[in-house]
Amino acid sequence: MSNKTESNIYTVIFAIGMVIVVGALLAFTASSLKERITENKRLEKQQNILYAMGVNENTENSASFVSTEKAPELFNQYIKQQLVITNGNEIKEDENAYLIDVKKEQDKAKKGGERQLPLFVGVKEGKSYYIAPIRGKGLWDAIWAYVAMDEDMVIQGAYFDHQAETPGLGANIKERFFMDDFIGEHLMSNGEFKGITVSKSNADPTNNDKKDHEVDAIAGATITGDGVAAMIKKDLALYVPFFKSLN
Amino acid sequence: MGLLSKKDAALITDPLADNNPITIQVLGICSALAITAQLKASIVMAISVLFVMGVGNVVISAIRNIIPSKIRIIVQLTVVAALVIIVDQVLKAFAYELSKELSVFVGLIITNCIIMGRFEAFALGNGLWRSFLDGIGNALGYGVILIIVGFFRELLGSGTLLGIPVLGDPIAKTGLYSIGYENNGFMLLSPMALIVVGIIIWVQRTRNKALIED
Repeated sequence: MSNKTESNIYTVIFAIGMVIVVGALLAFTASSLKERITENKRLEKQQNILYAMGVNENTENSASFVSTEKAPELFNQYIKQQLVITNGNEIKEDENAYLIDVKKEQDKAKKGGERQLPLFVGVKEGKSYYIAPIRGKGLWDAIWAYVAMDEDMVIQGAYFDHQAETPGLGANIKERFFMDDFIGEHLMSNGEFKGITVSKSNADPTNNDKKDHEVDAIAGATITGDGVAAMIKKDLALYVPFFKSLN
Repeated sequence: MGLLSKKDAALITDPLADNNPITIQVLGICSALAITAQLKASIVMAISVLFVMGVGNVVISAIRNIIPSKIRIIVQLTVVAALVIIVDQVLKAFAYELSKELSVFVGLIITNCIIMGRFEAFALGNGLWRSFLDGIGNALGYGVILIIVGFFRELLGSGTLLGIPVLGDPIAKTGLYSIGYENNGFMLLSPMALIVVGIIIWVQRTRNKALIED
C-alpha cells in the first residue's frame, strides 16, 4: 500500500466519503421502495385477519394466506365491521381500523393516554368472528397475533407472528401445530377472564381439554411461549368489557 | 475446467473439503449454532451468505487499493452491512414472504466472521475474479456444513425434514414411534449443533490425517 493511503487526512476523508456514499445509497433505496413496502404490510394485515377467521389456503400441515391479489376483495367480503373501542366500551366504526398500529397504542397507554382497541367483526357461513390484534415481547424482539373469538371469548382461530425469534425454536409459534392448539380454547372461566398459559407441564399434549386454559409449549422456546401467554393475558383482557356487553 | 484455471478452481473446491471455513478454520460457528435447528433455515442462510460473500468480496477487492489500512475493518463492516440492508429492503418490496423468512438472518449475516475473514485474508490482496471465486467457494463450504447439521438436527430433534414428518407421528405413535423411538429434544438446543460439527470435524480428520494439528 502506498504512503498516500496511510496519512491521517486521507483516512478521515475516506471515512467521510464512505459514510456519504453508503448513507446516500441506503437512503435512496429506502425511500424509493417505501411505497411498495407499506403496501405489502397493509395487505399482510388483511391476510392475517382473514387467516385468523379461517379464510386461508391452508394445506394439511402448512399455514398459507389467501393471495395478496385476492386479499382486499375477500377482506371486504368477510369483514363486516371494523370497530374501535375506547375507554372499555365506547365503540365507534372506522373502516381503516385495521391500520391502527397496536404498538403505538400500547405506548400511548403506557404514557397514560387513551388506547384505541381495534376489533374486526367477520362473518363466515352465518357465524360471527371477533378478531383482535395483540402484541407482546418474545425472546429477541416483538411478537404479535390476530386472535379470532366467538361471543363467549372461545378462540376460533389465531395467527401468530414474530420479528426475530429463533428459527426452529421460538419461530415455531407461527407453525400450524402451535397455532391450531389454540382453536377451541376458552379464555373465560365462570365469567372471569383467565387467558391461556403456554405450559411446559401440561399433561394434555394432544390438547383434548379445551377448558384447561393451557396449550402445550414448544421445547426450547420457553421465553417466547411465556411471551405469547403474557400478551394474551394482557391485551385480550382489555376486550372483556366489550364481550360482556354482547351477552 | 475450460473457464477456470486449476488454481482458480481450487479456490472453489478447497473450502468444500480440506480448507472448510467451519470445520478447518472454525469460523462462522455462531450462526451455525443459531439457525440449524431446521433444514429450511439452514438452506436459506446458505443462499444468503453465498450472495453476500460473492458480491462483498468483489466490492472489497475493487476498492482494495484505496482503503486506508487503519480503518479497513470498519470499511469491511460497512460494506457487508450496506449490502445486507439493501438486499433486505429489495426483498421486502418485491418478495415480502421471503423477506419475513429472512428477517432474523439479516443480523446474523452481518456478524458472520467468515465474511469478514475472507475480506481480510483474501479480497484485500487479490483481483476481482479470484476474489469472487473465493467468496463463492467459502460460502459453499459454509453452506454444506450448515445443511448437514440442519439435516441431522431437524431429523433427530423433530422427526421432520423441511417441515414434513418423515419418521411418523410422535403423538399418534405411527411409523418409527410405534416401536418406541422418541425425538431427541436436545438436538433442538444450540449446544448439539457444536456436537454435530465436532463429529463432522472428527470424521474429516480421521479420513485425512494431514489435517490433524500437533
